[in-house]
Amino acid sequence: MKSVDELNLPEDYRFAEDHEWAKLEGDKVRVGLDDYAQDQLQAIVYVELPQVGDSFKKGEPFGVVESVKVVVDCYMPVGGEIIAVNTALVNSPQLVNESPYDEGWMIDVKPTDVREMDTLYTSESIREAILEKMEEEGQ
Amino acid sequence: MKEKLGTTGLVMNEPLLWERGGNGRCGFSIPRRDVESFPINEDLVGPVPDFPELSEVDVVRHYTRLSQWNYGVDTGMYPLGSCTMKYNPKVNEKYANLPGFAGAHPFLPPSMAQGTLKLMYDLEHFLSEITGMDATTLQPAAGAQGELTGTMLIYAFLRSKGIHRSKFLIPDTAHGTNPASVSLCGFHPVPVKSNEDGILAPEAVAEVMDEDVAGILVTNPNTLGFFEENIREISEIVHGKGGLVYCDGANMNAVMGIVEMGKIGVDVMHLNLHKTFSTPHGGGGPGAGPVCVKKGLEPFLPVPRVVQEEGTYRLSYDYPGSIGRVHSFYGNFGVMIKAYSYILSMGPDNLKKASQLAVLNANYIKESLKAAFNLPYDRPCMHECVFSDKKQNVHKITTLDVAKRLIDCGFHPPTIYFPLVVAGAMMVEPTESESKETLDEFIETCKAIANEAEEDPDLLHEAPKNAKVRRLDEVTAARQPCLMG
Amino acid sequence: MRYLPHTDDDISAMLKVVGVGSLEELFSTVPEDCRKKEPLDLPDPLTEWELNQHMASLAATMATMPEYKVFVGAGSYEHFVPSSVLSLLGRSEFVTSYTPYQPEVSQGTLQGIFEYQTLICRLLGMEVANASMYDGASALAEALLMATRISKKKKVAISRLIHPHYREVVKTYLWPKEYEVLELPYLKDGKTDLSALDGMTELAAIAIQSPNFFGCIEDLAALRKKASEREAMSIASFTEALAYGLLKNPGSYGVDIVCGEGQSLGIPQSFGGPSLGIFASKMNYIRSMPGRLVGKTADKDGKRGFVLTLATREQHIRRERATSNICTNQGLCAMGAAIYMASVGKNGLRELAKLNYDKAQYLKRRLEEAAFKIRFVSPTFNEFVVEFPSNFEQTYNRLLDQKIVAGLPLASYYPELTNCYLLGVTETKTKEDMDILVRGIES
Repeated sequence: MKSVDELNLPEDYRFAEDHEWAKLEGDKVRVGLDDYAQDQLQAIVYVELPQVGDSFKKGEPFGVVESVKVVVDCYMPVGGEIIAVNTALVNSPQLVNESPYDEGWMIDVKPTDVREMDTLYTSESIREAILEKMEEEGQ
Repeated sequence: MKEKLGTTGLVMNEPLLWERGGNGRCGFSIPRRDVESFPINEDLVGPVPDFPELSEVDVVRHYTRLSQWNYGVDTGMYPLGSCTMKYNPKVNEKYANLPGFAGAHPFLPPSMAQGTLKLMYDLEHFLSEITGMDATTLQPAAGAQGELTGTMLIYAFLRSKGIHRSKFLIPDTAHGTNPASVSLCGFHPVPVKSNEDGILAPEAVAEVMDEDVAGILVTNPNTLGFFEENIREISEIVHGKGGLVYCDGANMNAVMGIVEMGKIGVDVMHLNLHKTFSTPHGGGGPGAGPVCVKKGLEPFLPVPRVVQEEGTYRLSYDYPGSIGRVHSFYGNFGVMIKAYSYILSMGPDNLKKASQLAVLNANYIKESLKAAFNLPYDRPCMHECVFSDKKQNVHKITTLDVAKRLIDCGFHPPTIYFPLVVAGAMMVEPTESESKETLDEFIETCKAIANEAEEDPDLLHEAPKNAKVRRLDEVTAARQPCLMG
Repeated sequence: MRYLPHTDDDISAMLKVVGVGSLEELFSTVPEDCRKKEPLDLPDPLTEWELNQHMASLAATMATMPEYKVFVGAGSYEHFVPSSVLSLLGRSEFVTSYTPYQPEVSQGTLQGIFEYQTLICRLLGMEVANASMYDGASALAEALLMATRISKKKKVAISRLIHPHYREVVKTYLWPKEYEVLELPYLKDGKTDLSALDGMTELAAIAIQSPNFFGCIEDLAALRKKASEREAMSIASFTEALAYGLLKNPGSYGVDIVCGEGQSLGIPQSFGGPSLGIFASKMNYIRSMPGRLVGKTADKDGKRGFVLTLATREQHIRRERATSNICTNQGLCAMGAAIYMASVGKNGLRELAKLNYDKAQYLKRRLEEAAFKIRFVSPTFNEFVVEFPSNFEQTYNRLLDQKIVAGLPLASYYPELTNCYLLGVTETKTKEDMDILVRGIES
């Protein structure tokens, strides 16, 4: 597993507490799992995504990601309507591991309140939070 | 130099059944056709299923070779925590195969089935006695089905009083079947955290206990190998708000003749005959999960029940409050025979001795290995103890690596990555079947592996090397499932 | 005691290492008020010799072959099992091993179960089969629950001609979740009345059993059509797996889930258990399927191997959101069925199934010749219902004394079927056995 310095947490993305990332692209928000999440999960074998047209509030689960031994829910970093899902993940779930910020994107959201983006972590603050967590667990 | 336990030997490769055989071969002596062939509507008839064509020799070689790739309790020590892989007596198998039992139809009129009915009646009473409960059903076919049955009894009990509750308390050390079973019953599991001693504290239970909680599902002894010392107080808290106490009895092997579950606040519990009572695991079953209850829950037990009138046994359905059936007939009778035979072979003193020796064995391992492996809870354990891979992590060695290296050394690994409250858990349950020599061999091997982790970690990373296959690609198996040939 | 290897010396040495003075002290963490004071009130132990006598005497009370002729199926079938099957199944590496969580040392079990899954798919015409459920009854209950999960609907319709015990198990399983279980009536010809579905809406699934409890072969094409119209899943259940050695399999009709009892495939009757819950479905439902699954893969060196897979559906990972709570299943019974299917093979299976059909047809004809009424006209496999005259009970009891069980009385399950008996015949009954039965009934 990567050390905190090895993690790729790009500056132009925002991050949620559970390690989803959110990127504002025009009037939509693209969402995926960050490098820490994919590194912790290791090889992802299955991704369950919502339907286009579904709506969720910030913090509600929108999907499920599975590795061989672990199942985790994915939570909305911002609330809104699902306007697109990355169907490539059905046959190639490993894209989340290989390219978490690019080809491994999960959903596009039409946000109900784009100001919710401001409540998210920045690249710097999420790296600090991860470091804290690692130190806690190291004890 | 003493020989290592695990070694390599000549095993055979063996293809899949349909990769062998030839046109026209058959491995079966079909009973004689002494009636004519009758016509049948062609629309009803399908093509012949594509089964292999093998001679008896082909079949015997196939399965003999497959069996040689397996490690069983008869091969060596199998210290899987919470599985109780004790010795499976051969005499039990003999009785299960007696034609009078094996060939018995479940719909035989009771007058023609007194032997099986008596066996079930007696076994129910033995299990009630061992658990200190009032009544037993043998119907559930496995521990998980027992949990479902027991949870349903609680549901039925509350319903009979017009009470609807939606939650069930589940400790964080619980086996996965626990929350799964209560969910099947429509309850929402509410977690309760164990304290720093690895057991439940009454305050933690009191905090989450309210009048929407149907009960608590406690495993006692728990999956960390500890007796839930506060069980009486916890039961009072739960009972005080109208809830019931279910005990997962998977770990009963630690306390036979030593603790009476029925006297410490437990209302309902299940047992695993394929754990505590020596019936074999069969590579994944069949098992049996009898459920034992206090009087208050007796009216709700599944039907039919075996009753005795003036020395004759019969099946009774006269229980209007019963939850109904959970099994197509009476449960896994063939498994019950083995547990019954075990209890009669051991007798009361030896059953208690078995528990004492199981606990002795686990504590002996705990004390002998706590220097080599991190012991998260350094206190007296019951029949199992839990280590972690913390010391080995600094050498980039994980619990998985240790387990795979144990295979090369001739031991089945302990349970790994469970319970979830310990990261990198290794749960070791030796059972009373293992002698001091075997335990000493196990301990020496584990210590050697701990050394290898420091000095030659590749031995662990590359393990196993001596088994039929190396580590398998579970990722591709999950991403691109190939579930039939 | 031969199962407890510790000597007194061993125990002393070990107690020293642990740091306690006696075995009793090992239980210091068990509070006094939790301790049992008196010894267990159980019988004194028997020697192996004594136990042999005891078990033999219990077994001797039972009405089994060759002394007794039991003409009953009804969910438990007397079939011939080759000695080779029993011998192989008794190998301790199969019997005494655990669930194959460490695949490197369990390839025997894993390949064996993969082969089982495959043969079941071929028998039933389905795309995927799991490694077993407890029995046909719980398999049906789990199939219905699976349908409710997939469809998010809370109502199911099941035929009244599904085995009465199976219907009871279904009701028990569906009761706490307050799902509605509707029963479909049957027609005069002995098949399910599917027209009763016409008023029903919001069904998660429709289930019928074929051959049904009366032994009649149901119309699975009609089931599939009706289920499609109702936007419900179609479920075909069965109690006699051998029937599909002859009959068109449920998969060929496009049925969504097939579940039933595999005891006929080489598993002894054993007074009703252990049995073998068979469960198979279409591949697209795989993630909702309960039970274990064995998959093919390769090891580090590229050698073929097998592992348990898609475990994220199961209780040990998904816990309260698992597709079922099942853990231990009927693994050894599944192995036994695979060995049986491998032995009987393609060539033997058709002949064996046809023989069952023919023997039952023979008995039917003899009874008809003796002027007894075959109650339902629909074609049957190896069981059928006979309507005897109203005083038959006396004859039935007299035959019991002659060590013949002349069918299962149906009135307690179907009160409208007074004097009706369900008779079953397999390859284990000779022509002579059947002639004796008929003569016994006639006199």
